[in-house]
Amino acid sequence: MKKAVKKITYFASVAAIAVIFAGCSTATTSSKGNPVTDNTIKIGENMELSGAAGGYGNQMNQGIKMAVNEINQVGGVNVNGKKQKFKLIVRDNKTSTNTSASVATQLVNNDKVNAIVGTATTNAGTAQIPNITKAAVPAVSPSATDPNFTLQKNGKVQPYVFRACYQNNFQGGIGAKFTYNNLKARRVAILYDNSTDYGTGLEKAFKDTFKGKVVDTQGFTEGDKDFNAILTSFKNKKVDAIYVPGYYTEVGLIIKQARQAGINVPIIGTDGMADPKLAQIAGNQNSNKIYYTTPFSTKASESNPVAKKFMADYQKKYHTEAPTFSALAYDSVNMIKQAIEDEKSADSTKIAEGLSKIKNFDGVTGKITINKQHDPEKPIAIEQLTNGKVSNTYEIK
Amino acid sequence: MKINWKTNLAWLVIMVAGFYLMNTLILVGVINAFIENMLVMIGINIILATGLNLIIGFAGQFSLGHAGFMAIGAYATAIITSSVETPVGFYIALIVGIVLTIIVALIVGIPTLRLRGDYLAIATMGAAEIIRIIINNLKITGGAAGIFNIPALANWPTVYVMVCLTTIVILNFIRSQGGRAVKSVREDEIAAESVGINVFKWKLSAFVLGASTAAIAGSLRASYLQTISPNDFNIMASISVLIIVVLGGVGSITGTFVAAVVLGVIDTVLQNFGALRMVIYALALILIMVFKPSGLLGTWELSLAKIFNRKPKEVSE
Amino acid sequence: MQTFFQQVINGLSLGSIYALLALGYTMVYGIIKLINFAHGDIYMLGAFWGYYSINTWHFSFIEALLSSMIVGAISGVVIEYFAYRPLRHAPRITALITAIGVSFLLENGMSYFFTSDTRDFPQIITQHNYNIGGVLISNIQILILVTACVLMILLQLIIKRTKMGKAMRAVSVDSDAAEMVGININRTISFTFALGSSLAGAAGVLIGLYYNSIDPLMGMTPGIKAFVAAVLGGIGSVPGASVGGFLIGILETLFQSIGLSAYKDAVVYGVLIIILLVLPAGIFGKNMKEKV
Repeated sequence: MKKAVKKITYFASVAAIAVIFAGCSTATTSSKGNPVTDNTIKIGENMELSGAAGGYGNQMNQGIKMAVNEINQVGGVNVNGKKQKFKLIVRDNKTSTNTSASVATQLVNNDKVNAIVGTATTNAGTAQIPNITKAAVPAVSPSATDPNFTLQKNGKVQPYVFRACYQNNFQGGIGAKFTYNNLKARRVAILYDNSTDYGTGLEKAFKDTFKGKVVDTQGFTEGDKDFNAILTSFKNKKVDAIYVPGYYTEVGLIIKQARQAGINVPIIGTDGMADPKLAQIAGNQNSNKIYYTTPFSTKASESNPVAKKFMADYQKKYHTEAPTFSALAYDSVNMIKQAIEDEKSADSTKIAEGLSKIKNFDGVTGKITINKQHDPEKPIAIEQLTNGKVSNTYEIK
Repeated sequence: MKINWKTNLAWLVIMVAGFYLMNTLILVGVINAFIENMLVMIGINIILATGLNLIIGFAGQFSLGHAGFMAIGAYATAIITSSVETPVGFYIALIVGIVLTIIVALIVGIPTLRLRGDYLAIATMGAAEIIRIIINNLKITGGAAGIFNIPALANWPTVYVMVCLTTIVILNFIRSQGGRAVKSVREDEIAAESVGINVFKWKLSAFVLGASTAAIAGSLRASYLQTISPNDFNIMASISVLIIVVLGGVGSITGTFVAAVVLGVIDTVLQNFGALRMVIYALALILIMVFKPSGLLGTWELSLAKIFNRKPKEVSE
Repeated sequence: MQTFFQQVINGLSLGSIYALLALGYTMVYGIIKLINFAHGDIYMLGAFWGYYSINTWHFSFIEALLSSMIVGAISGVVIEYFAYRPLRHAPRITALITAIGVSFLLENGMSYFFTSDTRDFPQIITQHNYNIGGVLISNIQILILVTACVLMILLQLIIKRTKMGKAMRAVSVDSDAAEMVGININRTISFTFALGSSLAGAAGVLIGLYYNSIDPLMGMTPGIKAFVAAVLGGIGSVPGASVGGFLIGILETLFQSIGLSAYKDAVVYGVLIIILLVLPAGIFGKNMKEKV
């Protein structure tokens, strides 16, 4: 009995403290917008340099560095008649949401950056939104594809969130139409990356748009290497095509194992597999009848001077063909540059304004116009691989 | 055991003082949003790690499934507060999360706590992975994309109060009769059983209590970061909590506090090293463990009673 | 029926990979009761060694396999010497954290110094399929299966027939008593690490060749799966590790083939928990009777 009383008093006192705490007004940290303090414009990079998406993050890092170097080599950005250089501050978020949030606060509060490039993944990207919004610093993500990424809960656009890539619904829809109309496939199996929003989002978008029959849907996890079991089960279902939304690391293996298992139907994918590594992993002899939607077509780049220059420079600097992720990241930096030039100011709030007004910007990944949802509107192409080489490009209107 | 009002009052004063210190520092501008974010993350890690230390350090049960319980708390909060966007909604969600976690912890604990040592570790790890995979494949949880735009209902004062509350509850449990029973189970199950202690019951209660604090931490994390995804709760998440516990000293709550702060600060400072950060972190981890195998504080516990009374009546282990 | 046999082949070849990795886990655990988290990363090192040795020095398959076994063995011994030996008498959980630290170091060190890109493994053996009554099996699958079996038998012989094997068994039962009868504990433990890690190195090259894709984080998931396999089979038991590995491979294949691919890992863990509840020390594990 005594003990109970003791306990009750104890908890009562604890509860009392809690009430005191809750009652008093507490301080909150806040700031509004980062102006340019000295003569350099600070660009923060919140990027997945280690962890699960480290490989993609490092490709983007290369693209970002290249863009910043190029801009600085010509003396910087023209801000109202005055040249100002970019200063890049690179921070690793370990592909983790809480680190991404921390990195973002560090970038906006301590480094006082004027704009952020990043993140690669949607999850890390959404984690930085509250902090950058509080600080009024815009962020351009090269590859966060979730349709709602740039939107608030009430459907309004996030004022400081932008992206350089397609959102899933658009890309998945195009893939579905192409599969039905151009490839005349009626029975399709889907094998999607079940561990990322990229894979799951595209899978859903494809299913929603595809007019034929989806005979089977199977998922895999990032890092999986063996797809033989799933492919064997597809083999019996008489499919006309397989849709594989995912990244090149796994899709390359899927192509290899499918062809070795004797499955020769077309395989359709997305920009996550638009990488020269795809054919290397799959093997050139296996890379036939491979189609993927991509903003960055090597064929189309011949007619696009920006892309042509980018490809050549990239080859010179890194001795390999430029991957899509590097191109998207390169465009993200240059979109920020364009916004600064348009607004004649590099204050973070002005950059955000400028980004939302970007029209017909000549990017590596095509002519970009930012729409009301802060999604880029740009042309999309479908490339076909034959023996590991791009053999055909379909322009989609 | 006489309740020592003097020490309890002293702790209370320290807690309130800490709160006002933090509040003032923010008002003056010494703590900006970045440091606040760091401190909140440290606070959440403290809640997680004290819970796990109760299971591993005091009950002697090697659990590797903390992230799973955290996930349940986090998702309960995310789902409920997304439709009820009020502080009341947050507290309801917190309680729902705890209740759900207790149920799951019982389902996991009742069969697996019969296992020993590393077998228990792998079984709990498996259970946490099963929870994560189920969450990853459900519609209501948003699948792999997770849930974002969660209303921000937990700020630093909420986390501060929760850190104090969970620590008080856990310390009380450890110092109670139950806590002594739990410790006796850790030392020798058979001996404990022979003096009439219900070994299984105490193991399970420590496990469930530890799990429910993980739910609180998950709930705070979801509301503070405003975004969650299944990948936040993978095996590595469990391991990072384990690292805090072992680094601080298995069986020392003070050590857990110190380790959470040290690791939180190291992790933040290392942000300046770009891609090299994880290499340095790994090296630091190995070196600390090799040169300080029992953790930073071993089993030492900060006790105001000791300081006040000079001659300690009861030396805490 | 054809599909069924095809899936069995798929399951066996996946399982043999888990089994190869599980062997190293189980040996190290058997002797010093340490979950060597870095084991999966030694497998990654082996794969990278194979990649560079074939590309730079044009090693043949056998040369690459043998040299990667040596590299694996050396790295295993070095890791044991610097990271685990100082903690021989520390609490086991401390050694576990160190092992996790070593794993982080290898993964992130490799990512930092050699970039975290995925690479295509040089195809020194061109893959071709044999069609046996509609069931496809490739030469590399056969190679992996055979290599795994040969290594397992060899390992069993070393443990059961050689002096060193006897010493290993003695140390694993009671290291103090073993020391008393004149067994050099440090040497025995180093030898165990060398043996287990060389298997991981071999697995690295085999898997690189089979899947044709390697990256610095490739050891993480298979490492954990292999550990699960070792526990399933009864950790510390060599036949147990092989059986556990094959069991997991076949289970995964089975559940993927019936359309539950999203839950395949959950099923593996579920089966693990159930088996542990029925046989608390795994399938082949010795259930220690507790003395009062």
